[in-house]
Amino acid sequence: MSRVRADEEEYWHSSKFRAFTFDDEDDELSQLKESKRAVNSLRDIVDDDDDDLERVSWSGEPVGSISWSIKETASGSTSSLDGRDSSLQKGSSSYAALPKQASSYSLSSLFKGRNKLSSFQSLSDALTDTGVKNYAPELRRPKAEYKDYSSDWSPKDTVRRMQRGKVCSLERFRSLQDKLVLLDEAVAGHDGNVITAVLIFLKRTLRREILFRELEVRQVALCHLIHFLRETGEQKFLLDLLRFLDRTEEVALSQYREHLNIQDVEKRREFLKGCIGLPFSAEDTSHIQDHYTLLERQIIIEANDRHLEMAGQSELFRKYPRKASILNMPLVTTLFYSCFYHYTEAEGMFSSPTNLKKTFKIPDKQFVLTALAARAKLRAWGDVDALLTTKNWLGYTKKKAPIGFHRVVEILQRNNAPVQVLQEYVRLVEDVETRLNLATKYKCHDVVIETYRDLKDRIQLTAYKCKVERGSAEEEKINSILSN
Amino acid sequence: QAIVWDEYLTGPFGLIAQYSLLKEHEVEKMFTLKPGRLPPADVKNIIFFVRPKLELMDIIADNVLREDRGRSPQRDFHILFVPRRSLLCEQWLKEQGVLGSFIHREQYSLDLIPFDGDLLSMESESAFKECYLESDQTSLYHAAKGLMTLQALYGTIPQIFGKGDCARHVANMMIRMKREFPGSQNSIFPVFDTLLLLDRNVDLLTPLATQLTYEGLIDEIYGIQNTYVKLPPEKFAPKKQGEGGKDLPTEPKKLQLNSAEELYAEIRDKNFNAVGSVLSKKAKIISAAFEERHHAKTVGEIKQFVSQLPHMQAARSSLANHTSIAELIKDITTSEDFFDNLTVEQEFMSGIDTDKVNNYIEDCIAQKHPLIKILRLVCLQSVCNSGLKQKVLDHYKREILQTYGYEHILTLNNLEKAGLLKPQTGGRNNYPTIRKTLRLWMDDVNEQNPNDISYVYSGYAPLSVRLAQLLARPGWRSIEEVLKMLPGPHFEERQQLPTGLQKKRQHGENRVTLVFFLGGVTYAEIAALRFLSQMEDGGTEYIIATTKLINGTTWIKSLMEKLEPAPF
Repeated sequence: MSRVRADEEEYWHSSKFRAFTFDDEDDELSQLKESKRAVNSLRDIVDDDDDDLERVSWSGEPVGSISWSIKETASGSTSSLDGRDSSLQKGSSSYAALPKQASSYSLSSLFKGRNKLSSFQSLSDALTDTGVKNYAPELRRPKAEYKDYSSDWSPKDTVRRMQRGKVCSLERFRSLQDKLVLLDEAVAGHDGNVITAVLIFLKRTLRREILFRELEVRQVALCHLIHFLRETGEQKFLLDLLRFLDRTEEVALSQYREHLNIQDVEKRREFLKGCIGLPFSAEDTSHIQDHYTLLERQIIIEANDRHLEMAGQSELFRKYPRKASILNMPLVTTLFYSCFYHYTEAEGMFSSPTNLKKTFKIPDKQFVLTALAARAKLRAWGDVDALLTTKNWLGYTKKKAPIGFHRVVEILQRNNAPVQVLQEYVRLVEDVETRLNLATKYKCHDVVIETYRDLKDRIQLTAYKCKVERGSAEEEKINSILSN
Repeated sequence: QAIVWDEYLTGPFGLIAQYSLLKEHEVEKMFTLKPGRLPPADVKNIIFFVRPKLELMDIIADNVLREDRGRSPQRDFHILFVPRRSLLCEQWLKEQGVLGSFIHREQYSLDLIPFDGDLLSMESESAFKECYLESDQTSLYHAAKGLMTLQALYGTIPQIFGKGDCARHVANMMIRMKREFPGSQNSIFPVFDTLLLLDRNVDLLTPLATQLTYEGLIDEIYGIQNTYVKLPPEKFAPKKQGEGGKDLPTEPKKLQLNSAEELYAEIRDKNFNAVGSVLSKKAKIISAAFEERHHAKTVGEIKQFVSQLPHMQAARSSLANHTSIAELIKDITTSEDFFDNLTVEQEFMSGIDTDKVNNYIEDCIAQKHPLIKILRLVCLQSVCNSGLKQKVLDHYKREILQTYGYEHILTLNNLEKAGLLKPQTGGRNNYPTIRKTLRLWMDDVNEQNPNDISYVYSGYAPLSVRLAQLLARPGWRSIEEVLKMLPGPHFEERQQLPTGLQKKRQHGENRVTLVFFLGGVTYAEIAALRFLSQMEDGGTEYIIATTKLINGTTWIKSLMEKLEPAPF
């Protein structure tokens, strides 16, 4: 299964990937168009008032029905309790005429018959015997229910009652032993709500060291506590716990996460500095270090550039005012920014592209790509040329593009580069087919002509004659090649 | 009384109750939950319908605190948690000093919501994250409870199969619950023969690939929420001719999608490439039907024609909608980028070049394509290679962090924890063995008249569904080796039935299997199971349940670290 570009065409046509190639003779699109036409032409004969589709929402205003459907309105049926099933049956075909669905044991039968909440409700009531209430609660609870608070339930019963949504007092469990039995019961019930409730109780009534020690051998409960602490933002308690457990990497990440809550950049920078020493994995450490360095740079650049922009003396900033501050932007965005506003700066400057490249070890490919996009946006074609030119030690120059010249062409084209500029790089595209495609697409006539000449393809060259202007230099060129 | 809704809940609730029904129960007004003072309403009772989430508790506390104490009559507050009352949330309300304001605090246990004739979902968006990232198994408890309810209605399911840690947990809980509620033993003749519990992390691959069924693509491109989809309005031209062109609608077009719509039921599970021909055929049939009015001569004939009009009109408007949707999708599936993306996905899934840095992914990063798209591809590559070589993984990580921001290190960490993105350990790549044994890649796929489930991804047969298929025939014993390579235990449990309820199967009668996806299921997987149900000699029909309907994008999103919005 070769996927080389050249083989691609044949490949896609001959295999299952045909999925999404749409040849001309595969007239599906025209089929679609045809159906659309047919449908549209029907409108004038049958049209009625079905364009006022009722819009419904749960967002406040009283509305007619919640599950509106096109069919409902189209068939003129009044909304019934179960809009999902009612609609099409109004016409001649009935539900039974539907194509065979996945199962004849349709679950919808259940919900059709019993979609009054109250009866649906009673089904789960039957199972859990209490706790669940109708959505319209009765007004007062019988006094008797309050006896829950004083009753002497066993740990097991307590957990079970809590699972059913009843409030139970946990204060009776005084000894460590009792509390742990309670916790184990809760864990065995797998209900996170109850586990968390017991944990809150334990957290309040046990000394930290004891709680941590006991949780270490109860992994499920431990996870719940960690989740709880994260949710409620009890960062310090969480870090203590993770440290106790020796989960150093988690401690580090958890602490690093905190920086997102710091809005002030100076404070954020300070905080990130503090993160560098944390026990991340080796790979992550270097990323965190880079994050800090980047923000540090951005603060310096931002201060400088804001000043420059305000002073209004820099032509670049006047002509292309900044859309946003560079603070907290990703590295590549920062590089683009620096290639845009600070391209010519010496390497010693923090804001110079080469400095960024060195500091963050940005790969050549990434650098060229970003610089190219920035300079092309400014239409600085000279810079583009210089960027892609390398000199060897003998002093010869050579064009080189680590990203491939087809990509160069793409980027330049997107920035509306003139044909003369474009042409130069189209010519350098190595793959003949791609080169021809690009050259034809962007009307780089010279490149097309030269390529056909090199291929000695008289037929194509002759055919191309009608694409160039009559009497132009290009036409002459074709003629002279053909006559040789 | 008035209801204040957690907006997320309105979708699922819309599927089971309508406003008219609530009105019957004296609901006067409904509001969405938002901070600030509650809108005035001349009602005695205010009921909050909310998920047990801390951020929502803050809003409620704000609502209550701003309530004008002096007003008369004073309004009473109640709170209704869906699906579970949360002691954590109540604790939180207590800390805000408002817990005492609520006269009733209750729960509405909505475990499984019906989405279609054969589909139930808990719509618990974070179930996967909770189970695999936070080891919080609460959603599994709800799944087990939902299954108990289902058994109370449809009879005890005699056979339970499962694969994965979560599946094991759910089965354990079910058995335990049954023991603890002896009354739950009922005398209903069982509808389901088998329950199959599947962990999402047994098959991490499938949701990452782009779904290629009609419904799957609608979901991939526009996102289906609670059976509704919002579409760009341009293609849904104004209905009356002559009016067109002036003001194009600007509101997104909202449509409900389910099998009650005859046409949709027919095309939803087809490969998108087979949809066009169905639509054009339908168009011809409808045109012909309308033509008949010219032949109607007698009063009786005319009457008959008229009586059929409503149905024909419904069919016509349904056809118009789906033709428009198909056009919208076609615009995207014919784009170069969609094609390139699909090529790379299919290369990975068929095992080509999964062990080195992929050019297309690099290009996408360089052009700053949406991060989720990048993560989907990188994770797909990792899963199809049983983890990436350390060097390749580091390279991707560096590129992603440099281009999208270092803070995404947290997200990458989450993906690693969930097993979606990881270094290859032990230098072994099990995927080729799994692929070959389970026949996950089919070279000769037929999209128009499929003969295998692989049509839903134009070549790739979803692993999860293959497991279900092989369980039905010839049984998992034939694939023991591969099952061991996939994470978590596989098991079988039996629940005894009283002799009177044991099924005596008629010849040719199908077995019914309930497949429960713990951690989410995609529309393409559902399509594949429906395809198996419809196979003539299949012998098994499937009902599908899940914690959440997902696609690669919503799934990855649920695993991403929530980052503060940029400060400008």
